[in-house]
Amino acid sequence: MIEFNRFVLDNGLRVLVHEDHSTPMAVVNVMYDVGARDEQPNKTGFAHLFEHLMFGGSIHIPEYDEPLQRAGGENNAYTTNDLTNYYCTLPAENIETAFWLESDRMLSLAFSEKSLDVQRKVVCEEFKEHYINKPYGDVWHKMRALAYKVHPYQWMTIGKELSHVENASITDVKDFFFKHYRPVNAILVVAGKVKTDDIKKLAEKWFGNIPMGEKYNRNIPREPLQTEARKLEIHANVPFDAFIKTWHMGGRLEQSYYIADLITEVLGGGGSSRLFQSLVKEKKLFSNVDCYHFGTVEPGLLAIEGKLVKGISMQAAEEAIAEEIHKICSTLISEKELQKIKNKTESVIAFEDMAVMSRANSIAFYELLGNAQLINTELEKYREITEQDILQYSLTLFKETNSNTIHYYSNN
Amino acid sequence: MLNRTIEPAITDAVAFNLQLKPYEYYKLDNGVPVYVVDAGAQDVLMLEFVFDAGNNFEGKNIVAATTNFMLKNGTKQKNAFAINEHFEFYGAYLNRNCYNETATVTLHTLSKYLPELLPVIAELFSECTFPEEELNIYKQNQKQRLEVNLKKCDFVANRLIDEYIYGLHHPYGKYTSTIDYDALTREDLESFYKAYYLQGNCKIFIAGKLPSNIFEALNTYFGSLPFNQKTIQPVAHSIEASIEKKFEIINDANGVQGSVRMARHFPNRHHPDFPKVQVLNNIFGGFFGSRLMANIREDKGYTYGIYSYLQNHVQQSAWMISTEAGRDVCKATIEEVYKEMKLLQEEPVDTDELHLVKNYMMGSILADLDGPFQIMNRWKTYVLNNLNEDYFYNSLQVIKTVTAEELQLLAKKYLNPEDFYELVVI
Repeated sequence: MIEFNRFVLDNGLRVLVHEDHSTPMAVVNVMYDVGARDEQPNKTGFAHLFEHLMFGGSIHIPEYDEPLQRAGGENNAYTTNDLTNYYCTLPAENIETAFWLESDRMLSLAFSEKSLDVQRKVVCEEFKEHYINKPYGDVWHKMRALAYKVHPYQWMTIGKELSHVENASITDVKDFFFKHYRPVNAILVVAGKVKTDDIKKLAEKWFGNIPMGEKYNRNIPREPLQTEARKLEIHANVPFDAFIKTWHMGGRLEQSYYIADLITEVLGGGGSSRLFQSLVKEKKLFSNVDCYHFGTVEPGLLAIEGKLVKGISMQAAEEAIAEEIHKICSTLISEKELQKIKNKTESVIAFEDMAVMSRANSIAFYELLGNAQLINTELEKYREITEQDILQYSLTLFKETNSNTIHYYSNN
Repeated sequence: MLNRTIEPAITDAVAFNLQLKPYEYYKLDNGVPVYVVDAGAQDVLMLEFVFDAGNNFEGKNIVAATTNFMLKNGTKQKNAFAINEHFEFYGAYLNRNCYNETATVTLHTLSKYLPELLPVIAELFSECTFPEEELNIYKQNQKQRLEVNLKKCDFVANRLIDEYIYGLHHPYGKYTSTIDYDALTREDLESFYKAYYLQGNCKIFIAGKLPSNIFEALNTYFGSLPFNQKTIQPVAHSIEASIEKKFEIINDANGVQGSVRMARHFPNRHHPDFPKVQVLNNIFGGFFGSRLMANIREDKGYTYGIYSYLQNHVQQSAWMISTEAGRDVCKATIEEVYKEMKLLQEEPVDTDELHLVKNYMMGSILADLDGPFQIMNRWKTYVLNNLNEDYFYNSLQVIKTVTAEELQLLAKKYLNPEDFYELVVI
């Protein structure tokens, strides 16, 4: 049971406090309800570029990092398709430094041209490092575009192309900030060696007088139900052929999300999972194979991907995967197998909850989903899932018309 | 009215009186030392077996790492699937890793399942079979993996810079080719297993929320195995550093970035300069607020990130600078690194910057001591490097007291361009 206190400031900022007096540290986590899904198709990569700019100085404080480091703290941030999260950890005595820094950059950035100029370049190097200069680096750009025709999950958080980031202007930056980075669209979680009463005072003092802003109401079109299987062939200078296939699955709050999560464990979770045992060990068709999902708030993708053993045909690889899919769609999984994946889920949650930073982050995420208390009912939701649930949902999920396949061929 | 230009008062982290929670120490009946940190709120634990079985001891390339990897691939009683299924059924993770001096087997589990897991771990240390079939799958898949990695300039750069510093015959400098995998045999693994696991030298580290009978349980399953019966002599390898110091490699003609590595030899943790240079390294390129980062990322935008660090080796270290930079700015990046070295040699670090770095370092140590696994990992580093708690308290003292003048002298001693190897892989 993870306990927390919750209150809301007059400007709409939601504040959650999770006390843990066993650590000497405090965590200050600010989550903004904006991600790559809120971008325009001709200005992608913006939420993530913006995350970089948040470190380029705020209206009263020229440099974000230095005062935090001087207070013995560290920070980082990440952007997903759904949200943007900033977090710092520092010795609990010095927590006010984090309030000072985070509130000033919520009040207003400095909007420095120099910072924008440099961070455009930095993000372009990040783009190259992860997606251009790596074998198979383009596969998820292409898969997203294949699987989503309407919904903005069709691009990655880094952006569709370098030019979108290169062309970002200071006006774009300002508009984005005042639309999304307002108290009413933000969640503040404070955790660690802190007292709720003290945090109330600090929150009022530093965040209380920031103008509320307008609530951002997301109006994203739902991805229409896919009605025919989509396929794409890629030929590239990579050493081996690869097979990648995805299926549309339920959103984060649907029961089907939890079932899909367990299905990825049955198929791809570790050395005793079905795909690894059958395709890598017994049939020796793949040199590696994985099954996972994207964990997105709105309906996401479940993926199976692997690299083929040299000399194996794409057709043979594809048929073997289809055989495993057919099995999970036609035969109940055993009680023991279900117990195994539930035990693993229990263990994953226990290890995640060890770090106070991870707890703070989860509380913010569930609050963003609509109810922070969900953090304490997750395990129960997994426990309720039955063998029949897995079979039933597999039949819907793994329909061929719901699938997107990439055959990634080596030119060599 | 709130004045937002004024920084709130802080407690200097330099003033913190940091303590490293001591471990409890036991010996099993066979003499295996057990280091215990019983702490933490969650019902989880980490149990690690450390063998003197790193690549330092192998006569043939990749034998140590393959033996370590294949510990989970078959015993007299269980095949690979059954072993994996057993640990995964209890939601446990059994990982293994091979390093230069040591090779490890590490269990992470909910504390309540430990009794079901210990006997199977003991099985891995007494009756591994190394099935031919499993070895063949491993060889084939590792070779494919290697071929993919060789397309990545960062992977290639990491291998080459170590080769230049230590030479291909040194455990820190050698690397694997597909030919090495082809040459592996079952017999290589069996004889390595016998010498360095079955009759090997083992240390146990355990941390987390522990059952009260933990010592008895460990002694029951591991106390009568034939471990630690003889001293394993460290194998001495001489360093054959490259004479040539500057290298430029084109790995991918169409590459849009280059992997830049710059490195010089550096003594190990027992050298008195080591803790002080840790402070200097932080200023230079050791964290997000470092000079390299401020100049080359935050001012020039040449890279997504640049870091410098002292390699984590037991016998001999190297001081390394590492970044992935735009293809056309690799040369400029190297020049800027040298400029930053020169600046550290010519001007003492100013008071504010030194104060910030000291506080930052103390704050990160405080954060790093938060939790039983982290505490144990720190102890493990000390034990395996033949250090004790004096090293911890001395390092803190160094952070608190080292002066700008001392750091400038160290910069003059160690940051000379002529000592550095320089590599760009595109």
